[in-house]
Amino acid sequence: MSDRRSKTFYILAAIFTAYVLFLYGPMFAIFVLSFQGPEGGLTFPMNGISLHWFYKVFEGNGVVNIGAAFKRSLALGAVVMMITVVFSVAAGMAFRKGFKGASVLFYAAIASLIMPSIITSLGIALEFRLFDDLMINHANDLGLGWFAEGWTTAMGLFTSGLGAHLTWTLPFGLLIMFAIFNRFDARLEEAARDLGATPWQTFRHVVLPIILPSVVGIGLFGFTLSWDELARSSQSIGSVNTLPLELQGLTTTVTKPDIYALGTLTTAVSFIVIFAALFIIQLLQARQRRFGSDAGKGLM
Amino acid sequence: MTQSRTSLIAWLQAGPMMLVFVAFFLLPLIFVVIVSAWDYNEYEMLPAFSFRGYTDTFEGCIVQLPELCTILKTYAKTVKLCFLTWLITLTLGFTIAYFLAFHIKSKTWQILLSLLCTIPFWTSNVIRMIAWIPLLGRNGLINQGLIDLGLIKVPMEWLLFSEFSVVLAFVHLFTFFMVVPIFNSMIRIDHKLIEAAYDAGASGFQTLVNIIIPLAKPGIVIGSIFVITIVMGDFVTIGVMGGQQIASAGKIIETRLNALQFPAAAADAVILLGITIVIISMLTRLVDIRKEL
Repeated sequence: MSDRRSKTFYILAAIFTAYVLFLYGPMFAIFVLSFQGPEGGLTFPMNGISLHWFYKVFEGNGVVNIGAAFKRSLALGAVVMMITVVFSVAAGMAFRKGFKGASVLFYAAIASLIMPSIITSLGIALEFRLFDDLMINHANDLGLGWFAEGWTTAMGLFTSGLGAHLTWTLPFGLLIMFAIFNRFDARLEEAARDLGATPWQTFRHVVLPIILPSVVGIGLFGFTLSWDELARSSQSIGSVNTLPLELQGLTTTVTKPDIYALGTLTTAVSFIVIFAALFIIQLLQARQRRFGSDAGKGLM
Repeated sequence: MTQSRTSLIAWLQAGPMMLVFVAFFLLPLIFVVIVSAWDYNEYEMLPAFSFRGYTDTFEGCIVQLPELCTILKTYAKTVKLCFLTWLITLTLGFTIAYFLAFHIKSKTWQILLSLLCTIPFWTSNVIRMIAWIPLLGRNGLINQGLIDLGLIKVPMEWLLFSEFSVVLAFVHLFTFFMVVPIFNSMIRIDHKLIEAAYDAGASGFQTLVNIIIPLAKPGIVIGSIFVITIVMGDFVTIGVMGGQQIASAGKIIETRLNALQFPAAAADAVILLGITIVIISMLTRLVDIRKEL
């Protein structure tokens, strides 16, 4: 059977290779072009090699403050990552016990995942606008005048923006938790309980160490999805922009390779996070292999 | 520990995520529906019942018949782009998943190659769109290369900022969403079934059509839902890769929002939502998503 397959294998392998080239080729082109000389343009050929365009990015081109957007996106990504990990793990545990409304939460997560982003973004923007309107025009009627004094807007990076990002990252987190627990051996928990462990001890010393590599994966999704998020932020972020929004704005105005330099920097951050996460996962799995089982080590 | 205490703890554990979805997803959706039936003027929305958002959207559509009005043309174009993208991502995604699931025998290689396909998904979509400019632009690699070879005299303009580049970018960005669920369905297929088919004299093609495709159907449906909903609502890719010149269902909403016509934007969102729900419910007839996780 395997002999007969070999021809198909090579055809498929060729398609796969072409796909990988298709995935990485264009990205590679902009990495190279971001080292364009000062006189170079947006396309090949290279006109010398320099770090000129990276300096340009850090100097700022006067229109937008890229450095500030960079820091904002990092901070938001970190917060989104932490919330995604904690909420997903907690909800994943809840689904194992089962609770009333479990299927409501499940379908809400799926719907949130596949909802066209512009609709979610618009909805959040409307929600906050209506709330602001309520605060500015009707707070006194509600007896909240003291609270709404000088109210401008509740919209912002860590209110509406954070919420918009979570509607995108939490479904991924939850689905990964489902995948983890589908493979999880529940007898381990029972064994811990039989040995007198409290629910918290069972979680802390039995469940968590086993699922930890995958939890790092949830964190990876949480950060990178937020770091690159654009569509859901577009209407709901408020007055300040995240890095992808600035980048999108630059695509229509910039005619110099500094946009490539910025792209290279952004991707570098993604790659650092990806490889750090993969490294940690490897480390944790190696640790599990070392300490996971004491079979054969018992006293004779 | 009593049953009620367990369920209380489960509630506390699931509560935070539920709250996020209520506050930032379900409530906003309700507001979209409500505001879509509000009145508006040049600069603000007016909380009075009106179907202006909807009637303005379809303005002139009946008068112009049998000619399609702008909005219907736009939806037709969105559906066309969506269908093309779906067809290509499905074919490509299925082939990739098939290769990874059935032709890569070693678990380590399977993980490594899957990772190779996943890493770009963790990087910025905008960057991955911009990355096509040096290749497809008027002075890009492809045009330069073809001119140098003497195959063409003037650069081809349709390579960038065209429907071609939009579909290319969709395929580039979203084939991943097909590969993952289809691969996930395929690795669950019992290899004994395939061997049995082989022993019974089935050709490779027959095995593919009669065994693998039916059993991979859940993955195909889930991947299709992902790709179709993303492309139907897209406005970023179409904006950047279409040079802000191509209209789409998502672009209409964005344009309305930039004009601060919130009820009209909400009405367009409700229409888009309706179309999306119809497509998804047709697809979910074919498969129970919950069973597939």
